[in-house]
Amino acid sequence: MRAVLTVIGKDHVGILSKVANQCAESNANIIEVTQTVLQDLFCMIMMIDISEVNCEMSELVYQMNRLGEESGLSIHVMHEDVFNSMHRI
Amino acid sequence: MINTSDVLETIHMIQDQNLDIRTITMGISLLDCADGDLSRSCEKVYQKVTRCARDLVKTGEALEMEYGVPIINKRISVTPIAMLAAASGGDPVQYALALERAACEVGVNFIGGFSALVHKGFAAGDEALINAIPEALKRTDHVCSSVNIGSTKTGINLDAVRMMGRVVRRCAEITADNNCFAAAKLVVFCNAPEDNPFMAGAFHGAGEPDCVINVGVSGPGVVRAALAAAPDDLDITGVAELIKKTAFKITRMGQLIGTEASRRLGVPFGIVDLSLAPTPAVGDSVAHIIEEIGIEKCGGCGTTAALALLNDAVKKGGVMASSSVGGLSGAFIPVSEDAGMIDAARCGALSIEKLEAMTAVCSVGLDMIAIPGDTPAEVIAAIIADEAAIGMVNSKTTAVRVIPAVGRKAGEELEFGGLFGSGPIMKVNTFSPARFINRGGRIPAPLQSLKN
Repeated sequence: MRAVLTVIGKDHVGILSKVANQCAESNANIIEVTQTVLQDLFCMIMMIDISEVNCEMSELVYQMNRLGEESGLSIHVMHEDVFNSMHRI
Repeated sequence: MINTSDVLETIHMIQDQNLDIRTITMGISLLDCADGDLSRSCEKVYQKVTRCARDLVKTGEALEMEYGVPIINKRISVTPIAMLAAASGGDPVQYALALERAACEVGVNFIGGFSALVHKGFAAGDEALINAIPEALKRTDHVCSSVNIGSTKTGINLDAVRMMGRVVRRCAEITADNNCFAAAKLVVFCNAPEDNPFMAGAFHGAGEPDCVINVGVSGPGVVRAALAAAPDDLDITGVAELIKKTAFKITRMGQLIGTEASRRLGVPFGIVDLSLAPTPAVGDSVAHIIEEIGIEKCGGCGTTAALALLNDAVKKGGVMASSSVGGLSGAFIPVSEDAGMIDAARCGALSIEKLEAMTAVCSVGLDMIAIPGDTPAEVIAAIIADEAAIGMVNSKTTAVRVIPAVGRKAGEELEFGGLFGSGPIMKVNTFSPARFINRGGRIPAPLQSLKN
């Protein structure tokens, strides 16, 4: 089971590290990362494996949302199926 | 890897354009709850609803979290209560109270099915139920009611139409101190669908399985945003294509959530209702789509054509995205629930007559329209008859949900709050249709009904 994690916000030091740390804490394995900085807008999309996470998916979503609020970023975790069903036939 | 722009598009739709699943509605058959004793029948209803829907809200919330898609309402629809009232006799209000208790127990937003199907005539229980509607809606918060008074196959039951004119008025009168709210929970249908997940008209038809999950999607904001981002010189075929593509994506989301909810609840999946359902939130308006297509204000000349295109494109896009489509499936045009419609009605661009024309090409009917408090019951009945005639002749669902604003006049405002919104009281033509309505009887089924 995989989820897509997106981080959007003003660029600053340590974003990738904070998000990766939170993933590690929840035992979510990072499979792929795409990251760009346009002017000073940071945008990262991560594919994470959540089949062996040590908490409920809802807990992971909550933690990431909280991290987003603390760091002034918009962080979303959504099940991979949402994108697959929406954009692929 | 998933395409970056696809990911951002989806996030954008949910964050900024109000894409959501409007409702997961569990349909529950109460046929096995019928009992000759009223209180025993009510108890069976309560037990069955609370048993079947025990995990509905919890499952909805879990899906919302995991998939990151807001699910605004969790609802229940039940077998038309008139069928149970036929067996038990007694005061049907007791059923409404049992449904209310069950709705509060499982935590759903609405429960629909305080309904009667009288398109060809009244059976046992039907008249008692219809007469009990005002009291039932006054004494409950979550119960919604609907009555089907006509169909393409049967014609229009004018006796029922006359009755409903009075019932709608009565609903408003006995809740006059609460913005006439009972009338907002009552819909009068022609060709009512049996698997509609949307309130206030949801009920669980007699042909449906014991328990089923239906999903209603929403997303006027997404369609509007897609049109706003398109080049100005895009021709109308291009506009239709764009709406189709967008509707496809919205519906896929509904299909995904619906199948997953049905799997987790262990209940068969019914249908996705492909409706564009607006909310009073800014940017979630069907009227604004019409305006984006190129009409200065919704209600202006060209509105009906633009709406027909919108409605058709939504269905074409949605039908491929879902394994099973049903319910109302079309663009809704409720006045008080749509910021753009409210604006248009306030500035005089939109009249009831224009809305009536619009209902000929879209779902569902004259919906959430506040009318002057002194509108006679016969006029309300005649509004219902007009709408039903459009549905009957065009083989489509039409409905009327008007709210007589007791003690107020055209031009004033009525405020409901929440998803129901607020709206200006619209002017109604009051030349009397009393002689027509009081004739009673049944308008025969049109030639369109003879398809065999």
